[in-house]
Amino acid sequence: MERSTMDLWVGLFVVAGIGALLVLALKVGNMSSASVSDTYALTANFDNIGGLKPRAAVKSAGVVVGRVSEVKFDNEKFVARVSMNIDKSYKFPKDTTASILTSGLLGEQYIGLEGGGDTANLASGERIKHTQSAVVLEKLIGQFLYSKAAEGGDKK
Amino acid sequence: MLARTAASIRGIGSRSIDAVLRLGYAARFIARTLASSGTSVKRPRLVVRELYFTGVLSLIIILVSGLFVGMVLGLQGYQTLQTYGSESALGVLVALSLVRELGPVVSALLFASRAGSAMTAEIGLMKATEQLSAMEMMAVDPISRVVAPRFWAGVISMPLLAAMFSAMGVFGGYLVGVVLIGVDEGSFWSQMQSAVDFREDIVNGVIKSFVFGVAVTWIALFEGYDAPPTAEGVSGATTRTVVTSSLAILFLDFILTAFMFRGV
Repeated sequence: MERSTMDLWVGLFVVAGIGALLVLALKVGNMSSASVSDTYALTANFDNIGGLKPRAAVKSAGVVVGRVSEVKFDNEKFVARVSMNIDKSYKFPKDTTASILTSGLLGEQYIGLEGGGDTANLASGERIKHTQSAVVLEKLIGQFLYSKAAEGGDKK
Repeated sequence: MLARTAASIRGIGSRSIDAVLRLGYAARFIARTLASSGTSVKRPRLVVRELYFTGVLSLIIILVSGLFVGMVLGLQGYQTLQTYGSESALGVLVALSLVRELGPVVSALLFASRAGSAMTAEIGLMKATEQLSAMEMMAVDPISRVVAPRFWAGVISMPLLAAMFSAMGVFGGYLVGVVLIGVDEGSFWSQMQSAVDFREDIVNGVIKSFVFGVAVTWIALFEGYDAPPTAEGVSGATTRTVVTSSLAILFLDFILTAFMFRGV
Protein backbone atom coordinates (compact mmCIF):
# COMPACT_ATOMS: atom_id res chain seq x y z
CA MET A 1 0.00 0.00 0.00
CA GLU A 2 1.21 3.47 -0.85
CA ARG A 3 2.27 5.72 1.96
CA SER A 4 -0.19 8.56 1.30
CA THR A 5 -3.20 6.23 1.07
CA MET A 6 -2.21 4.71 4.40
CA ASP A 7 -1.91 8.17 5.96
CA LEU A 8 -5.35 9.03 4.63
CA TRP A 9 -6.89 5.94 6.20
CA VAL A 10 -5.18 6.53 9.54
CA GLY A 11 -6.34 10.16 9.48
CA LEU A 12 -9.89 9.03 8.73
CA PHE A 13 -9.66 6.50 11.55
CA VAL A 14 -8.58 9.10 14.11
CA VAL A 15 -11.22 11.57 12.91
CA ALA A 16 -13.91 8.87 13.13
CA GLY A 17 -12.77 7.93 16.65
CA ILE A 18 -12.87 11.51 17.89
CA GLY A 19 -16.18 11.96 16.10
CA ALA A 20 -17.59 8.94 17.96
CA LEU A 21 -16.40 10.42 21.26
CA LEU A 22 -18.11 13.73 20.37
CA VAL A 23 -21.32 11.90 19.47
CA LEU A 24 -21.21 10.08 22.80
CA ALA A 25 -20.58 13.34 24.68
CA LEU A 26 -23.21 15.46 22.92
CA LYS A 27 -25.93 13.08 21.79
CA VAL A 28 -25.76 10.28 24.38
CA GLY A 29 -24.43 12.19 27.38
CA ASN A 30 -25.64 15.44 28.88
CA MET A 31 -22.73 17.63 27.79
CA SER A 32 -24.96 19.69 25.55
CA SER A 33 -27.37 20.64 28.33
CA ALA A 34 -24.48 22.49 30.06
CA SER A 35 -24.87 20.90 33.46
CA VAL A 36 -21.69 22.58 34.67
CA SER A 37 -22.93 26.16 34.56
CA ASP A 38 -22.45 28.60 37.44
CA THR A 39 -24.04 27.44 40.66
CA TYR A 40 -24.45 28.54 44.26
CA ALA A 41 -24.59 26.28 47.30
CA LEU A 42 -27.52 25.75 49.69
CA THR A 43 -27.86 23.34 52.58
CA ALA A 44 -30.85 21.79 54.29
CA ASN A 45 -31.29 19.53 57.32
CA PHE A 46 -33.63 16.56 57.06
CA ASP A 47 -34.74 14.15 59.78
CA ASN A 48 -34.65 11.34 57.26
CA ILE A 49 -33.42 11.45 53.68
CA GLY A 50 -34.60 7.96 52.67
CA GLY A 51 -32.60 6.91 49.63
CA LEU A 52 -31.34 10.32 48.51
CA LYS A 53 -27.89 10.15 46.91
CA PRO A 54 -25.32 12.69 45.77
CA ARG A 55 -26.02 13.91 42.20
CA ALA A 56 -29.75 13.49 42.72
CA ALA A 57 -31.81 16.21 41.05
CA VAL A 58 -33.14 19.30 42.80
CA LYS A 59 -36.40 20.28 41.15
CA SER A 60 -38.81 23.14 41.50
CA ALA A 61 -42.22 22.81 39.85
CA GLY A 62 -40.77 19.78 38.03
CA VAL A 63 -37.90 21.73 36.45
CA VAL A 64 -34.36 20.62 37.33
CA VAL A 65 -32.70 23.63 39.00
CA GLY A 66 -29.68 21.95 40.58
CA ARG A 67 -28.03 18.83 41.94
CA VAL A 68 -27.32 17.39 45.37
CA SER A 69 -23.58 17.70 46.00
CA GLU A 70 -23.11 16.03 49.36
CA VAL A 71 -25.04 14.11 52.02
CA LYS A 72 -23.63 14.09 55.55
CA PHE A 73 -24.77 13.14 59.02
CA ASP A 74 -24.78 15.94 61.60
CA ASN A 75 -23.54 14.33 64.79
CA GLU A 76 -24.77 17.14 67.07
CA LYS A 77 -28.35 17.49 65.94
CA PHE A 78 -28.70 13.88 64.67
CA VAL A 79 -30.07 14.95 61.33
CA ALA A 80 -28.90 14.54 57.74
CA ARG A 81 -27.29 17.63 56.24
CA VAL A 82 -27.74 17.83 52.48
CA SER A 83 -25.69 20.27 50.41
CA MET A 84 -26.88 21.16 46.93
CA ASN A 85 -25.69 23.31 44.05
CA ILE A 86 -28.39 25.46 42.47
CA ASP A 87 -28.09 27.11 39.07
CA LYS A 88 -27.21 30.82 39.46
CA SER A 89 -30.09 31.90 37.26
CA TYR A 90 -32.70 30.58 39.72
CA LYS A 91 -33.41 32.47 42.98
CA PHE A 92 -35.53 31.18 45.84
CA PRO A 93 -37.12 33.20 48.72
CA LYS A 94 -35.89 32.68 52.29
CA ASP A 95 -38.99 30.76 53.37
CA THR A 96 -38.61 28.08 50.68
CA THR A 97 -39.65 24.56 51.67
CA ALA A 98 -37.43 21.64 50.67
CA SER A 99 -39.00 18.18 50.63
CA ILE A 100 -37.70 14.80 49.54
CA LEU A 101 -39.96 13.34 46.88
CA THR A 102 -39.97 10.23 44.73
CA SER A 103 -40.35 10.27 40.97
CA GLY A 104 -42.89 7.63 40.09
CA LEU A 105 -43.74 4.67 42.27
CA LEU A 106 -40.29 3.09 42.42
CA GLY A 107 -38.25 5.90 40.92
CA GLU A 108 -35.29 7.86 42.18
CA GLN A 109 -35.60 10.30 45.04
CA TYR A 110 -35.08 14.00 44.46
CA ILE A 111 -35.42 17.24 46.38
CA GLY A 112 -38.42 19.42 45.57
CA LEU A 113 -38.19 23.13 46.32
CA GLU A 114 -41.35 25.18 46.84
CA GLY A 115 -40.96 28.93 47.03
CA GLY A 116 -42.65 30.94 49.79
CA GLY A 117 -43.71 34.58 49.93
CA ASP A 118 -40.62 36.18 51.43
CA THR A 119 -39.18 39.10 49.48
CA ALA A 120 -35.53 38.38 50.41
CA ASN A 121 -33.81 35.56 48.50
CA LEU A 122 -31.57 32.77 49.78
CA ALA A 123 -27.90 33.66 49.37
CA SER A 124 -25.04 31.26 48.69
CA GLY A 125 -24.20 28.99 51.64
CA GLU A 126 -27.49 29.61 53.46
CA ARG A 127 -29.65 26.90 54.98
CA ILE A 128 -33.22 26.13 53.95
CA LYS A 129 -35.12 26.11 57.25
CA HIS A 130 -38.39 24.44 56.28
CA THR A 131 -37.84 20.84 55.32
CA GLN A 132 -39.96 17.78 54.91
CA SER A 133 -38.41 14.33 55.25
CA ALA A 134 -38.70 11.39 52.94
CA VAL A 135 -41.68 9.12 53.35
CA VAL A 136 -40.52 5.88 54.94
CA LEU A 137 -42.83 3.06 53.99
CA GLU A 138 -42.47 1.19 57.29
CA LYS A 139 -43.38 4.28 59.31
CA LEU A 140 -46.35 4.96 57.07
CA ILE A 141 -47.69 1.44 57.52
CA GLY A 142 -47.07 1.71 61.27
CA GLN A 143 -49.08 4.92 61.47
CA PHE A 144 -51.86 3.41 59.40
CA LEU A 145 -52.08 0.34 61.66
CA TYR A 146 -51.99 2.55 64.74
CA SER A 147 -54.84 4.75 63.52
CA LYS A 148 -56.87 1.70 62.48
CA ALA A 149 -56.39 0.23 65.94
CA ALA A 150 -57.44 3.51 67.52
CA GLU A 151 -60.58 3.58 65.32
CA GLY A 152 -61.48 0.03 66.37
CA GLY A 153 -61.06 1.04 70.03
CA ASP A 154 -63.48 3.97 69.62
CA LYS A 155 -66.24 1.82 68.16
CA LYS A 156 -66.41 -0.52 71.15
CA MET B 1 5.79 -42.25 46.64
CA LEU B 2 7.79 -39.82 48.72
CA ALA B 3 10.07 -39.07 45.82
CA ARG B 4 7.08 -38.36 43.55
CA THR B 5 5.53 -35.97 46.10
CA ALA B 6 8.83 -34.18 46.49
CA ALA B 7 9.11 -33.88 42.72
CA SER B 8 5.63 -32.43 42.36
CA ILE B 9 6.27 -29.88 45.11
CA ARG B 10 9.54 -28.96 43.41
CA GLY B 11 7.57 -28.59 40.16
CA ILE B 12 5.18 -26.12 41.78
CA GLY B 13 8.12 -24.19 43.16
CA SER B 14 10.00 -23.98 39.90
CA ARG B 15 6.84 -22.97 38.00
CA SER B 16 6.10 -20.17 40.49
CA ILE B 17 9.68 -18.93 40.25
CA ASP B 18 9.39 -19.02 36.45
CA ALA B 19 6.15 -17.02 36.59
CA VAL B 20 7.65 -14.36 38.86
CA LEU B 21 10.75 -14.25 36.68
CA ARG B 22 8.66 -13.70 33.55
CA LEU B 23 6.65 -10.99 35.34
CA GLY B 24 9.85 -9.20 36.29
CA TYR B 25 11.14 -9.51 32.74
CA ALA B 26 7.81 -8.16 31.44
CA ALA B 27 8.04 -5.16 33.80
CA ARG B 28 11.61 -4.46 32.62
CA PHE B 29 10.39 -4.82 29.02
CA ILE B 30 7.60 -2.23 29.39
CA ALA B 31 9.97 0.13 31.22
CA ARG B 32 12.46 -0.14 28.35
CA THR B 33 9.69 0.33 25.79
CA LEU B 34 8.55 3.52 27.51
CA ALA B 35 12.12 4.76 27.90
CA SER B 36 12.93 4.20 24.23
CA SER B 37 9.76 5.63 22.70
CA GLY B 38 11.61 8.82 21.73
CA THR B 39 12.02 7.39 18.22
CA SER B 40 8.22 7.11 17.88
CA VAL B 41 7.91 10.84 18.59
CA LYS B 42 10.75 11.76 16.23
CA ARG B 43 9.46 9.51 13.46
CA PRO B 44 5.65 9.54 13.75
CA ARG B 45 5.46 7.72 10.39
CA LEU B 46 6.37 4.51 12.23
CA VAL B 47 3.37 4.92 14.57
CA VAL B 48 1.07 5.88 11.68
CA ARG B 49 2.01 2.65 9.86
CA GLU B 50 1.19 0.59 12.95
CA LEU B 51 -2.02 2.57 13.54
CA TYR B 52 -3.08 1.46 10.09
CA PHE B 53 -2.51 -2.20 10.91
CA THR B 54 -3.91 -2.24 14.44
CA GLY B 55 -6.58 0.46 14.22
CA VAL B 56 -7.88 0.84 10.69
CA LEU B 57 -7.90 -2.87 9.89
CA SER B 58 -9.79 -3.62 13.15
CA LEU B 59 -12.50 -1.11 12.20
CA ILE B 60 -14.81 -3.48 10.34
CA ILE B 61 -15.03 -6.10 13.08
CA ILE B 62 -15.44 -3.42 15.79
CA LEU B 63 -18.18 -1.53 13.94
CA VAL B 64 -20.14 -4.63 12.91
CA SER B 65 -19.95 -6.19 16.39
CA GLY B 66 -20.93 -2.87 17.97
CA LEU B 67 -23.98 -2.60 15.75
CA PHE B 68 -25.11 -6.14 16.51
CA VAL B 69 -24.44 -5.90 20.26
CA GLY B 70 -26.51 -2.70 20.32
CA MET B 71 -29.33 -4.33 18.35
CA VAL B 72 -29.38 -7.34 20.69
CA LEU B 73 -29.41 -5.02 23.70
CA GLY B 74 -32.35 -3.20 22.15
CA LEU B 75 -34.34 -6.40 21.64
CA GLN B 76 -33.53 -7.99 25.00
CA GLY B 77 -33.92 -4.76 26.95
CA TYR B 78 -37.28 -4.10 25.36
CA GLN B 79 -38.53 -7.57 26.32
CA THR B 80 -37.64 -7.02 29.99
CA LEU B 81 -38.56 -3.35 30.31
CA GLN B 82 -41.93 -3.95 28.67
CA THR B 83 -42.92 -6.18 31.61
CA TYR B 84 -42.64 -3.15 33.88
CA GLY B 85 -44.19 -0.75 31.40
CA SER B 86 -41.04 1.31 31.13
CA GLU B 87 -40.01 0.84 27.49
CA SER B 88 -39.07 4.51 27.40
CA ALA B 89 -36.01 3.69 29.53
CA LEU B 90 -34.64 1.54 26.68
CA GLY B 91 -32.25 4.28 25.61
CA VAL B 92 -30.82 4.52 29.13
CA LEU B 93 -30.30 0.76 29.31
CA VAL B 94 -28.60 0.53 25.91
CA ALA B 95 -26.41 3.60 26.37
CA LEU B 96 -25.30 2.93 29.94
CA SER B 97 -24.46 -0.72 29.39
CA LEU B 98 -22.50 0.13 26.25
CA VAL B 99 -20.64 3.19 27.50
CA ARG B 100 -19.76 1.77 30.92
CA GLU B 101 -19.09 -1.89 30.22
CA LEU B 102 -19.69 -3.49 26.86
CA GLY B 103 -17.99 -0.84 24.74
CA PRO B 104 -14.60 -0.94 26.44
CA VAL B 105 -14.65 -4.65 27.34
CA VAL B 106 -15.96 -6.24 24.13
CA SER B 107 -13.90 -3.99 21.87
CA ALA B 108 -10.79 -4.80 23.96
CA LEU B 109 -11.50 -8.54 23.65
CA LEU B 110 -11.93 -8.17 19.90
CA PHE B 111 -8.82 -6.02 19.71
CA ALA B 112 -6.82 -8.64 21.62
CA SER B 113 -7.79 -11.39 19.22
CA ARG B 114 -7.68 -9.30 16.05
CA ALA B 115 -4.64 -7.05 16.57
CA GLY B 116 -2.88 -8.49 19.63
CA SER B 117 -2.40 -11.95 18.16
CA ALA B 118 -1.09 -10.44 14.91
CA MET B 119 1.41 -8.33 16.87
CA THR B 120 2.69 -11.37 18.78
CA ALA B 121 3.02 -13.49 15.66
CA GLU B 122 4.79 -10.73 13.76
CA ILE B 123 7.36 -9.98 16.46
CA GLY B 124 7.78 -13.67 17.30
CA LEU B 125 8.52 -14.45 13.63
CA MET B 126 10.88 -11.49 13.39
CA LYS B 127 12.74 -12.97 16.32
CA ALA B 128 12.63 -16.54 14.95
CA THR B 129 13.99 -15.40 11.56
CA GLU B 130 16.65 -13.37 13.37
CA GLN B 131 15.49 -10.03 11.99
CA LEU B 132 15.70 -8.53 15.48
CA SER B 133 19.30 -9.74 15.87
CA ALA B 134 20.11 -8.33 12.42
CA MET B 135 18.79 -4.94 13.54
CA GLU B 136 20.94 -5.05 16.63
CA MET B 137 23.88 -5.91 14.42
CA MET B 138 23.22 -2.69 12.46
CA ALA B 139 23.10 -0.74 15.73
CA VAL B 140 19.32 -0.25 15.41
CA ASP B 141 17.55 -0.82 18.71
CA PRO B 142 14.68 -3.24 17.93
CA ILE B 143 12.74 -2.02 20.97
CA SER B 144 12.62 1.59 19.80
CA ARG B 145 12.27 0.70 16.10
CA VAL B 146 9.79 -2.24 16.26
CA VAL B 147 8.21 -2.50 19.70
CA ALA B 148 7.58 1.09 20.83
CA PRO B 149 5.66 2.24 17.70
CA ARG B 150 3.38 -0.80 18.00
CA PHE B 151 2.82 -0.08 21.69
CA TRP B 152 1.80 3.52 21.09
CA ALA B 153 -0.37 2.59 18.12
CA GLY B 154 -2.26 0.10 20.30
CA VAL B 155 -2.64 2.56 23.16
CA ILE B 156 -3.94 5.30 20.83
CA SER B 157 -6.30 3.14 18.79
CA MET B 158 -7.97 1.27 21.69
CA PRO B 159 -9.99 4.23 23.16
CA LEU B 160 -10.96 5.36 19.67
CA LEU B 161 -12.17 1.86 18.75
CA ALA B 162 -14.12 1.59 22.02
CA ALA B 163 -15.78 4.96 21.41
CA MET B 164 -16.77 3.87 17.90
CA PHE B 165 -18.09 0.57 19.27
CA SER B 166 -20.28 2.39 21.81
CA ALA B 167 -21.53 4.95 19.29
CA MET B 168 -22.35 2.19 16.81
CA GLY B 169 -24.07 0.19 19.55
CA VAL B 170 -26.27 3.11 20.55
CA PHE B 171 -27.19 3.48 16.89
CA GLY B 172 -28.02 -0.24 16.74
CA GLY B 173 -30.20 0.08 19.84
CA TYR B 174 -31.91 3.06 18.23
CA LEU B 175 -32.51 1.08 15.03
CA VAL B 176 -34.16 -1.81 16.84
CA GLY B 177 -35.89 0.15 19.60
CA VAL B 178 -37.21 3.16 17.74
CA VAL B 179 -37.30 2.23 14.06
CA LEU B 180 -38.25 -1.45 14.34
CA ILE B 181 -40.26 -1.76 17.58
CA GLY B 182 -41.53 1.79 17.79
CA VAL B 183 -40.43 3.09 21.19
CA ASP B 184 -41.04 6.83 21.38
CA GLU B 185 -38.02 8.57 19.85
CA GLY B 186 -38.16 11.65 22.09
CA SER B 187 -38.12 9.72 25.36
CA PHE B 188 -35.47 7.33 24.00
CA TRP B 189 -32.98 10.18 23.53
CA SER B 190 -34.04 12.51 26.34
CA GLN B 191 -34.01 9.84 29.05
CA MET B 192 -30.66 8.66 27.74
CA GLN B 193 -29.24 12.18 27.92
CA SER B 194 -30.50 12.79 31.43
CA ALA B 195 -29.10 9.48 32.71
CA VAL B 196 -25.69 9.35 31.01
CA ASP B 197 -23.20 11.69 32.65
CA PHE B 198 -20.18 12.92 30.72
CA ARG B 199 -17.70 12.73 33.60
CA GLU B 200 -19.11 9.67 35.39
CA ASP B 201 -19.90 7.43 32.46
CA ILE B 202 -18.21 8.49 29.25
CA VAL B 203 -14.85 9.60 30.68
CA ASN B 204 -14.71 6.51 32.88
CA GLY B 205 -15.37 4.34 29.82
CA VAL B 206 -12.51 6.04 27.97
CA ILE B 207 -10.19 5.53 30.96
CA LYS B 208 -11.14 1.86 31.02
CA SER B 209 -10.41 1.36 27.33
CA PHE B 210 -7.10 3.19 27.70
CA VAL B 211 -6.06 0.82 30.50
CA PHE B 212 -7.16 -2.19 28.42
CA GLY B 213 -5.17 -0.84 25.47
CA VAL B 214 -2.02 -0.65 27.58
CA ALA B 215 -2.60 -4.14 28.99
CA VAL B 216 -3.37 -5.85 25.66
CA THR B 217 -0.49 -4.32 23.70
CA TRP B 218 1.93 -4.91 26.56
CA ILE B 219 1.00 -8.59 26.79
CA ALA B 220 1.01 -9.04 23.01
CA LEU B 221 4.39 -7.38 22.48
CA PHE B 222 6.01 -9.13 25.43
CA GLU B 223 4.75 -12.55 24.37
CA GLY B 224 6.12 -11.96 20.89
CA TYR B 225 9.45 -10.67 22.14
CA ASP B 226 9.80 -13.50 24.63
CA ALA B 227 8.58 -16.29 22.30
CA PRO B 228 10.91 -19.27 21.75
CA PRO B 229 12.30 -18.81 18.21
CA THR B 230 10.56 -21.85 16.73
CA ALA B 231 7.30 -22.34 14.82
CA GLU B 232 5.87 -24.09 17.87
CA GLY B 233 7.04 -21.34 20.19
CA VAL B 234 5.43 -18.58 18.11
CA SER B 235 2.12 -20.43 17.89
CA GLY B 236 2.15 -21.03 21.65
CA ALA B 237 2.93 -17.37 22.28
CA THR B 238 0.04 -16.27 20.06
CA THR B 239 -2.37 -18.50 21.97
CA ARG B 240 -1.04 -17.21 25.29
CA THR B 241 -1.51 -13.61 24.12
CA VAL B 242 -5.20 -14.11 23.43
CA VAL B 243 -5.85 -16.09 26.63
CA THR B 244 -3.78 -13.90 28.98
CA SER B 245 -5.01 -10.60 27.60
CA SER B 246 -8.66 -11.70 27.69
CA LEU B 247 -8.27 -12.72 31.34
CA ALA B 248 -6.38 -9.50 32.09
CA ILE B 249 -9.15 -7.42 30.49
CA LEU B 250 -11.89 -9.08 32.55
CA PHE B 251 -9.87 -8.88 35.77
CA LEU B 252 -8.91 -5.23 35.22
CA ASP B 253 -12.51 -4.46 34.33
CA PHE B 254 -13.66 -5.74 37.70
CA ILE B 255 -11.00 -3.70 39.54
CA LEU B 256 -11.75 -0.52 37.60
CA THR B 257 -15.51 -0.94 37.97
CA ALA B 258 -15.09 -1.42 41.72
CA PHE B 259 -13.18 1.87 41.86
CA MET B 260 -15.41 3.84 39.50
CA PHE B 261 -18.98 2.77 40.23
CA ARG B 262 -19.22 1.94 43.89
CA GLY B 263 -22.82 3.07 43.97
CA VAL B 264 -22.16 5.87 46.44
